[in-house]
Amino acid sequence: MGYTPHFGQIARYLPYLCGGALISLLLAALAFFGGMVLGLLGAMAKTSGGPWLRRVAGAYVTFFTNTPALVQVYFIYFVLPDWGIVLSSFSAVLLGLTLNAGAYLTEVQRAGFLSVHRNEVEAAETLGMGRWQTVWYVIVPHIVRTLYPPLTGQFILITLGTSMGAVFGVEELTGRAFSVNADTFRSVEIFTVVGALYVVVTIAASLLLAAVGRGLFRARMGVFG
Amino acid sequence: MIRLFHEIVAFATWYNAVFLVEAGARTLLLSASGCLCGFLLGFLLAVLRHTVGRTLLPLRILGVLYTEVFRRIPFLVTLFLVFYAFQALNMDVPLFWIAVVSTCVIGTAYLSEVVRAGFAAVPRAEWDAATTMNFSLFQTLHHVVVPQAWRTIVPPAFAFFLSFIKDSALASQIGVVELAYAGKVFNNRGLPPSIAFGSVLLAYFVISYPLAKAGARVEGRLALSRAH
Amino acid sequence: MPYLELTDLSAAYGGKTVLAGVSLALERGEIASLIGPSGSGKSTLLRVLVGLLTPSAGCIRLDGKAVDIAHAGTVRELRNRFAIVFQQYNLFQNMTALRNVMIAPLKVKRWPREDCERDARRLLAQVGLGDKLHAYPDQLSGGQQQRVALARALALRPEVLLLDEVTSALDPELVTEVLDAIRVLAADGMTMLVVSHEMGFVREVSSQVVFMADGRSIEAGPPAQIFDAPSTQRARDFVGKIIRH
Repeated sequence: MGYTPHFGQIARYLPYLCGGALISLLLAALAFFGGMVLGLLGAMAKTSGGPWLRRVAGAYVTFFTNTPALVQVYFIYFVLPDWGIVLSSFSAVLLGLTLNAGAYLTEVQRAGFLSVHRNEVEAAETLGMGRWQTVWYVIVPHIVRTLYPPLTGQFILITLGTSMGAVFGVEELTGRAFSVNADTFRSVEIFTVVGALYVVVTIAASLLLAAVGRGLFRARMGVFG
Repeated sequence: MIRLFHEIVAFATWYNAVFLVEAGARTLLLSASGCLCGFLLGFLLAVLRHTVGRTLLPLRILGVLYTEVFRRIPFLVTLFLVFYAFQALNMDVPLFWIAVVSTCVIGTAYLSEVVRAGFAAVPRAEWDAATTMNFSLFQTLHHVVVPQAWRTIVPPAFAFFLSFIKDSALASQIGVVELAYAGKVFNNRGLPPSIAFGSVLLAYFVISYPLAKAGARVEGRLALSRAH
Repeated sequence: MPYLELTDLSAAYGGKTVLAGVSLALERGEIASLIGPSGSGKSTLLRVLVGLLTPSAGCIRLDGKAVDIAHAGTVRELRNRFAIVFQQYNLFQNMTALRNVMIAPLKVKRWPREDCERDARRLLAQVGLGDKLHAYPDQLSGGQQQRVALARALALRPEVLLLDEVTSALDPELVTEVLDAIRVLAADGMTMLVVSHEMGFVREVSSQVVFMADGRSIEAGPPAQIFDAPSTQRARDFVGKIIRH
């Protein structure tokens, strides 16, 4: 027992680690936007597609939400080369995170679609709005407002998920933590600092997203809790 | 196609099957014990955060900090933090238990929020009524709150357990021989990666899918049932 | 010497002053009613007396002895003597009517189960719910729930019953059944502190009426004085308004 931590040695790696945090955020943002597109397609297929489209979207969601992202990326990274598709570790991780995010975001967006109540649409129609006007002025704002808070939550989860990149040698925050660890062997200090950086980065992201949400469409959202 | 068939036949040995099943059992055991521990501590944390009065205020603040911090650190980082912390203290703890402790650390933070939401679902008025009748905190929880709150608590708590079955794959990185680790072992043994990782993906699916189905059924039933 | 005496009781909640000096004296067997505009602190006063809110200043005396309400043991003692019935009944939704009435005597007072059950059945019969023993709150009307709440408060054999707007949440046709149950208690000589908007009822059962405004007790006296010849302008305005209705 008894261990004296030394944070001094870590200090000079701080800019390097912060750069890693930016790569984590970049990875998360790319995976999130790719996942949003996949999720939108998935949600549309599940709510208004034909039976086959529904089945395909359903299988996609079921498979990706019932298996770990880590093993999905293992598969992409090690199996796709056999089929002639060679991806860099960054691309493989990004592809895995995107496919994974797409599955969860399908469910989130589907719930948003289902939350539009029939009577809201009818109210718009009695006001003499046309179909596209109803969609644009009533349905889209409603969906955006309901979806925004859960989507920001998903973004934070995806950001935490990017740490998996370290396993494949991606130089994001956790990956850089591994490199610094190999240089200094001050393991407890490094992972404490890196943990703290994740806390800072995600809180900053939450604050920013909440401010944007409140400013743009009066989304009611708390940052904490 | 024929090559794949031969590869599957070559893979399907008794030894590999046992190895895979054991790894799957370890994945389940790791998630279950970590989440159970996290649930118990998370419950205590939620109770702590529900207390009033000045004496416990510092502890309540620590509780809030704990939940906010550990829900914002990736599981992989927590794993290595716990791993190296034990090492720094010269404590020789089996890798499996390091993973359980890490799961518990994160689970406590998430599940205390789940329990807190359950508590909040019981009207303030009933807490007040119990207080004015001199119920102790334990009696209020035991007779009034838990019998009502568990319906709100069980579905998200179970969902957390399900998500951890998948997240526990990261425990392979500190060397716990669970399912994801099994995939790496198969791959290193020279098995085709499609079979090595395909079989592991399938194993996860076989564990996770029925549990998810059962969870959804229970949730549906709870939503329909009355408060008593 | 009055049984319960409050002197200049004040309290704040969330940084806002909600009681700014309440004084009143209550004898054993007396029924005092608190009236006044909403937000005048009537319900808050009752919450202070059962320790749901800690007073910031003033003095509570019980049987002539000062009560230190900041002390946990004293608050328990106070709750042993006072029982409160809330506007929204606050019944435990997971328990039958019988269980709601029995639970505190059984688990908190640790009285023998047979006694608790016998008492609970008797009290529920007394409030006219002898046939609803095994009904859950959500199977009962508001008036029935409020009568269960009354029985639940009485089961603890309190010295004082605090009634916090017990008919305000009820549909008009359900008010009478609850008031009737309280009239029976009044006839039995139960000491009560009542917050109510039912002025006819207040006038009929009270031995004393306290008019409150802005967290202060403004004027106290027998019902005839407060309703017919209030001495302060504020009480006159308030009474004038409610009588015109």
